[in-house]
Amino acid sequence: MRSAAAGDVTAGGAAGSAVPDDGRVEPVNRAATRSLYRARVKIHPRRVAGTFRSLKWAAMAALLSIYYLAPFLRWDRGPNAPGQAILVDFPNRKFYFFFIEIWPQEIYYLTGILVMMAVGLFLITSSIGRVWCGYACPQTVWTDLFIGVERLIEGDRNARMRLDAAPLSPSKLAKRALKYAIFLLISMATGGAWVLYFADAPTLIRAMAGFEAPFAAYTTFGFLTLSTFLLGGFAREQVCTYMCPYARFQAAMLDEHSLIVTYRADRGEPRGKHKKGDPWQGRGDCVDCDSCVAVCPVGIDIRDGQQLECINCGLCIDACNAVMDKVGRPRGLIAIDSLASVAARRVGASARWRPVRPRTLIYAAIWCAVGLVMLVTLVMRDDLELNVLRDRNPLFVALTDGSIRNGYTLHALNKLHAERPLILSVEGLPGARLNLLGEAAGAATAAVRVPADGLSEYKVFVTAPRAALNGGSIPIRFVARDASGAEAASRGSVFRGPER
Amino acid sequence: MPTKIDKDSVTGIETTGHEWDGLKELNNPLPRWWLWVLIATVVWSFGYWVVYPAWPVPGLGHTKGVFGYSSRAAVEAEIQAAKAGQAKMLAKIAAAPVEEIARDPEMRAFSLAAGRSAFQINCSQCHGSGAAGSPGYPNLNDDDWLWGGKVADIYRTIQYGIRWTHDETRTSDMPAFLTDGMLKPNQIDDAADYVLSLSGKPADAAAATRGKAAFAEQCATCHGEDGKGNVELGAPNLTDGIWLYGGDRNSVITSIRYSRKGVMPGWADRLDAATLKELAVYVHALGGGR
Repeated sequence: MRSAAAGDVTAGGAAGSAVPDDGRVEPVNRAATRSLYRARVKIHPRRVAGTFRSLKWAAMAALLSIYYLAPFLRWDRGPNAPGQAILVDFPNRKFYFFFIEIWPQEIYYLTGILVMMAVGLFLITSSIGRVWCGYACPQTVWTDLFIGVERLIEGDRNARMRLDAAPLSPSKLAKRALKYAIFLLISMATGGAWVLYFADAPTLIRAMAGFEAPFAAYTTFGFLTLSTFLLGGFAREQVCTYMCPYARFQAAMLDEHSLIVTYRADRGEPRGKHKKGDPWQGRGDCVDCDSCVAVCPVGIDIRDGQQLECINCGLCIDACNAVMDKVGRPRGLIAIDSLASVAARRVGASARWRPVRPRTLIYAAIWCAVGLVMLVTLVMRDDLELNVLRDRNPLFVALTDGSIRNGYTLHALNKLHAERPLILSVEGLPGARLNLLGEAAGAATAAVRVPADGLSEYKVFVTAPRAALNGGSIPIRFVARDASGAEAASRGSVFRGPER
Repeated sequence: MPTKIDKDSVTGIETTGHEWDGLKELNNPLPRWWLWVLIATVVWSFGYWVVYPAWPVPGLGHTKGVFGYSSRAAVEAEIQAAKAGQAKMLAKIAAAPVEEIARDPEMRAFSLAAGRSAFQINCSQCHGSGAAGSPGYPNLNDDDWLWGGKVADIYRTIQYGIRWTHDETRTSDMPAFLTDGMLKPNQIDDAADYVLSLSGKPADAAAATRGKAAFAEQCATCHGEDGKGNVELGAPNLTDGIWLYGGDRNSVITSIRYSRKGVMPGWADRLDAATLKELAVYVHALGGGR
């Protein structure tokens, strides 16, 4: 198995040329020759230019910008709430996302978001393949960034392989030191940006720099720095191939109609070397240059067909198109295509992409349904919640005047950033009086003030003349009204008296 | 162990020789990292033996470990830390008048929580865990108080009890009208009808009229001309809807004949100052406190 790596090194002679000479480029991860008990062979993806590479750069720029800059976005919520647009406030158990505020009891929104993310991944994967893996997954983005840095310092594929094989020298040491220093800086920025989502970003940066930040901030920062350094600097494609469960189950999302990076074997075979001037009749378009293998970040040969390792990044398409341009054949020998259309062309039929299939329809329907439910609940969310806990011990109390009293604990949850005066009353019980603990009985309503952004607990007694009770339990409703008299929140409960 | 090395025909890897319904287990090596983790955990466990209590030793109990750790000491330390955290508030409560504790939000909240706990331990045996009482043991949720329902009154009752052995205890002594020979049985029956009529309960009108005279002579001294009782003497209000020993005719007759002398223990000698006040604030806040 080690010979695969040796083969890579000999390919160094083909540096820069689109069509290498006899030096073969062996894919590191070819299923037929790979042993699970082999140490990792480092992959040195060659630089490539083209549509998909540009897309990858653009995705990387956009995603990294969002990740590093989002904590610094501000959002004015008034004096009683944090001014950070995206904030997970663990001490106060709140999640802020621009105009949305999630309280801990609304954690089901998180469930909804996770369901939407999972089903969305299914939908995209079954339609256009593993584009998440190729373009948006943090592992892909950071690995791409780290490989870019590596290329900048150590040179392209062949130079890197030569450097790896070379004995330690001052210049190799300097290059390695510089590379790992930059890796570490990127990793620290990554771990540093993560903790900023959990506290006010500018304050936390100052605190961390002055060694005054909470211990958890440093451990999180340290852990994410280390994981970024290891996963992006060293583990790279192994994360996708061996560690990531999504890679495994996304394979189940693909079918013959999914658009994936496909080697059009119907057009390419039989493959073979081609010299300028040779005829193209009786042979395929593949000139067996191994460019697609040399650029592959996961070390596979796309011509072996669909493979677990393939992250659908399309860099092999860019590499192949460049070669096709050079040899004067049409582009798209490797292309985003479906297995069904390859099979159709083989028998001379016309290829047709079917984006609307039962599975994509079902995924889309589930995604929309969950999204709609989330949207409706979010829009209809109350800014005041009333909860009632009825005293069960004792169930009721008989008073000296013969009336019956029940005790309740009311919880009022005010989600506004201002104190709210409320009038509490009880409905459904004729002659009922309501009083807060410690206040005189006799009134029909009680006035309370719920603090801004807070939860208040009130012990409330409801008293009713025995004549109003017909025995057993009577459904009642606690109503909280604003100063204007409009109903702000209500909650049902029961009033119990003696059975007879 | 298999006597013959059997190799799997597909992978060429030797098998363990075990076979289940035609499925053979490949004798693949464990991943290297897995083995190293196993070895590391074994090595780590030796360290545990040294620093933590580990091995039973006959006569000694067990090895103590160089850290001197014990789970009991850890619990003790946690309890001490909790007590230290409460010490300031407990001292403040012990020093403050009970009315002030009931007014101050901070002391009140602390007292309600602490009082609830102390109530469950010391009081719930008679008064019930919800303080709803039972015949002979007053319901502390209602608005009827034999000896006063202000927080200071409740505090006094908790401290010294009723008919208790403490010098400060409050006592009332209702005669047993039958056994003491003060009333004839028929007079007692008439008085009972009168008492029942006071709170609007069904009673024999003629008997009640006859009983009125006996009531005015024998009962009004403590229970009042109108039967509304006297908190100073612990004499219950006979006109309301609450009956400690039952409001039916037989119960009332029994009360008049043989008297009732419920005893509430005083807690001043058994509980500390802060706990007594916490209990008073808690009971006062059950709903009936005046």
